[in-house]
Amino acid sequence: MTVDALVRMANQIAANQSHLSEDEAVAAVAKHLKSFWAYSMQRELLDALAAGTVELDPIALRAVQQLQPA
Amino acid sequence: MTLLHDPAPTTPITPMTEALSADHDMGTPPVTSDAVVDLEIDGQQVSVPAGTSIMRAAALAGVDVPKLCATDSVKAFGSCRVCLVEIEGRPGAPASCTTPVAAGMKVATTSPKVDKLRQGVVELYLSDHPAGSCADGACELHAMAETVGLTDVRYGQDGHNHLNIDVDASNPYFTFDPKACIVCSRCVRACDEIQGTLALTVEGRGFESLISASGTSFMESECVSCGACVQACPTTALQEKSIIELGMPTRTVKTTCAYCGVGCSFDAEMRGDELVRMTPSKEGGANEGHSCVKGRFAWGYATHRERVTVPLVREAITDEWREVSWDEAIAFAAERFKTLQAKYGTDSIGGITSSRCTNEEGFVVQKMVRAAFGNNNVDTCARVCHSPTGYGLKQTFGTSAGTQDFKSVEKADMILLIGANPTDAHPVFASRMKKRLREGAKLVVVDPRRIDLVRTPHVQAQQHLQLRPGTNVAVVNALAHVVVTEGLLDRAFVAERCEEDSFADWEAFISRPENSPEATEAASGVPASELRAAARLYATSPNAAIYYGLGVTEHSQGSTMVMGMANLAMATGNIGREGVGVNPLRGQNNVQGSCDMGSFPHEFSGYRHVSDDTVRILFEDTWGREMRADPGLRIPNMFDAAVAGTFRGLFVQGEDVAQSDPNVHHVTAALTALDTLVVQDLFLNETAKFAHVFLPGTSFLEKDGTFTNAERRINRVRPVMEPKTGKQEWQVACELSEAMGYSMHYDDASQIMDEIAAVTPTFAGVSFAHLDEAGSLQWPCNDAAPEGTPVMHVDSFVRGKGHFVDTPYVPTDEKTNRKFPLILTTGRILSQYNVGAQTRRTANVEWHPEDTLELHEADAAERGVSDGDWVAITSRVGETHMRAHITARVPQGVVYTTFHYPESGANVVTTEYSDWATNCPEYKVTAVQVRPANAADPAAEVAAGTAGSNGSAADRPVRT
Repeated sequence: MTVDALVRMANQIAANQSHLSEDEAVAAVAKHLKSFWAYSMQRELLDALAAGTVELDPIALRAVQQLQPA
Repeated sequence: MTLLHDPAPTTPITPMTEALSADHDMGTPPVTSDAVVDLEIDGQQVSVPAGTSIMRAAALAGVDVPKLCATDSVKAFGSCRVCLVEIEGRPGAPASCTTPVAAGMKVATTSPKVDKLRQGVVELYLSDHPAGSCADGACELHAMAETVGLTDVRYGQDGHNHLNIDVDASNPYFTFDPKACIVCSRCVRACDEIQGTLALTVEGRGFESLISASGTSFMESECVSCGACVQACPTTALQEKSIIELGMPTRTVKTTCAYCGVGCSFDAEMRGDELVRMTPSKEGGANEGHSCVKGRFAWGYATHRERVTVPLVREAITDEWREVSWDEAIAFAAERFKTLQAKYGTDSIGGITSSRCTNEEGFVVQKMVRAAFGNNNVDTCARVCHSPTGYGLKQTFGTSAGTQDFKSVEKADMILLIGANPTDAHPVFASRMKKRLREGAKLVVVDPRRIDLVRTPHVQAQQHLQLRPGTNVAVVNALAHVVVTEGLLDRAFVAERCEEDSFADWEAFISRPENSPEATEAASGVPASELRAAARLYATSPNAAIYYGLGVTEHSQGSTMVMGMANLAMATGNIGREGVGVNPLRGQNNVQGSCDMGSFPHEFSGYRHVSDDTVRILFEDTWGREMRADPGLRIPNMFDAAVAGTFRGLFVQGEDVAQSDPNVHHVTAALTALDTLVVQDLFLNETAKFAHVFLPGTSFLEKDGTFTNAERRINRVRPVMEPKTGKQEWQVACELSEAMGYSMHYDDASQIMDEIAAVTPTFAGVSFAHLDEAGSLQWPCNDAAPEGTPVMHVDSFVRGKGHFVDTPYVPTDEKTNRKFPLILTTGRILSQYNVGAQTRRTANVEWHPEDTLELHEADAAERGVSDGDWVAITSRVGETHMRAHITARVPQGVVYTTFHYPESGANVVTTEYSDWATNCPEYKVTAVQVRPANAADPAAEVAAGTAGSNGSAADRPVRT
């Protein structure tokens, strides 16, 4: 997976939750990712974050950190 | 006294509810009235709705009054003078088609006087009609001669006549022979009333009268070749060329069109095993006897010489194809898929189902992926078109589909048409819409481009909101802002039917000043006053309906826009009855169906998430296999993963992703990276260039199954010929599944539908037997709605209460700049269909032999481009070439093209940007530059096959 694409998509999902409070937006983004992203995509983004090779916008970051792909 | 049931026009005509009128021409259209009139016809007492013609009343009583100019699909005209009757107490012999019944009337449809008049009229017609000109059964005039007992025409043909007028054979599908024309004007009325194009007229007066197509040949006229005139013509004046060549049909098979999401029902008329013509079915729920040029005429691709009917394999895509047996091809594919999974993991392969194949075929492929492949890596073409519809309407209403049937438009007082061009993309539905507009319904068009419906004969939009591409959400928010802040809410509806909390949130959100028409004008380009007027019109009309297309969904906020429209409909109470609703005009014949069938990485059939334990256990029990609870890969994710090397094998059923998906360079890079690509299709298409296995597919003329159209209407597709490949496509998927280690067997397609019904609550009442009985069924069809559901959310939303969603406008990241100052948007054209795989192999190429780039004259002048010049269109991801067409349809700053020809490479320039919720590609907003093509002739590049796509040879349009 192109991790840049994952970063872009995660940030875009977060940007479209601007009508929510920060906590609500984080929850909405996390729920969306869990509902629609394959585990491989979740793992890849988590690995890239852990490796420090990518950065996410704050809400997207908090949401992705809630992911626990098997 | 016999009360003869005449179905109200709003009652869908099906074979079982009105067998007589479905198969019988009643002469004049039905009439709706609460008042009943009693009269006597030929001694028989009859009662019919007031306003019914004597002709129709007689037909209902089993008496067919001879006729020529009357037919029940159009209003009576009274010109032929054949249908004369005698009425007690009235002088003369009035025409029964134009005379309404009256209480106590006594009618004689036959008498010495009337019979003699009739004979005389027919004799006069025949005196100016070519002798022996008509194939058996092709001409009502000759049949009428027999009916009236005419054995001899006393008049010679030496006098003034029309027997020297040339035939107009300009249209590739039918001829017009004025010699055989009786100027009954059925064709004119059909073009006016049914199609709504008004291309035909009667030119001249008296004996000089002739039918004229806009004063020129049919091909050069405004005729859109829908064939309504041909079908209406009582003689052979307008005649299909296939009938002239092959003769009249001898049998009929009822089936469904394989083109767009209207899903027209057809009578496939055969002569032996040869298809002679496709005639739209009068009892078709979606089309009620009408069709377009594609469905009616463009079916020749099914037997095109380029059709591949034997399996092909090759080790590498650089090798030549090798013809093999089915067993070898399936074993080859299965072995390679299994090897990949063993080496790269279970998730390294997946499948894409077709939106053009049947429900049964799609269901079996997604089952194969889930049960045989062992993952949820299955997706469908809806990803790139209406996936935001599924997401948005599910969030707000609880169902991933439109809310109405097509007939509902007859009750609309106002139509808000957003990002759709139905006269080109859904022509038969557009005819319905135009009819309603001619009756006085108001229209507001929201589109960057001036589509035909803005101004067309007898139709003019109240307003055309010509917004900047990418600003849909700003506009819909502004419309809703007006509704809320000007007190135009239907608070009673909202209070009764919608969630209190989400409505309160939304009301506060939408009332904010940044959502006002004045605040959004700068971004959208829509003047605030016009937007306010449109909002008021929508909110104050008794019945206001939203119709929309890919101009809504194919954006970075496609899902947001769908929810915005749903919010607007709920806020104004425009849900839950006829004439209103949120109506997606779904593009392909079975894109609704493929979604319904669970061709999604996150949902089983019936839109139930794979993580839902109850649902998953149902499938596990039914299929005898453990199912994954985590979502799989969407199509764009598959391509990304292929490029990254983690996704290695793909089964593609009936989709040409290398032409239809955006950012073609990325798609072809992904396909090239695959170890195993299996393509199932009719032709070796762009995607097949990267395939290792080609499994020949079946056309709709060979399929046995069902399609589901944009109205959720499930229609039967019945085979008119045996599969040319020797197998049905669902059989192939079963065999591949078996070879992969999961046994799947059905005796016939009806068993697949039975399984679908068993596991999908919205399909619980559907079966082939039920469909044969009912004609068609709109889901949900189950115990709660045994005969289906034309209009949804009548008493409550599927989710219970309607859910409002705040829809903040987030501008697209795709920005114009100095390097790419124009915005490219895309669309469809009437004569071609999607990637053109079908229509490019028919005579439809005569209307649209290539894709062209529409641009405004100011943009063209700035670049030194003239009409017809070759231009280069460049975006940040690619470049392609096509000819320019200068037009005022597009505003300055916007350019437009279609995507029907691989040579044009429209998707070479479209980008990776997509809808935030569904990854539906943002086809409608691409920043581009246009410049005159360089001195090296781009036509030569096309000829060499190096234009567009990825430099490989491209299909050429082929004339049959």
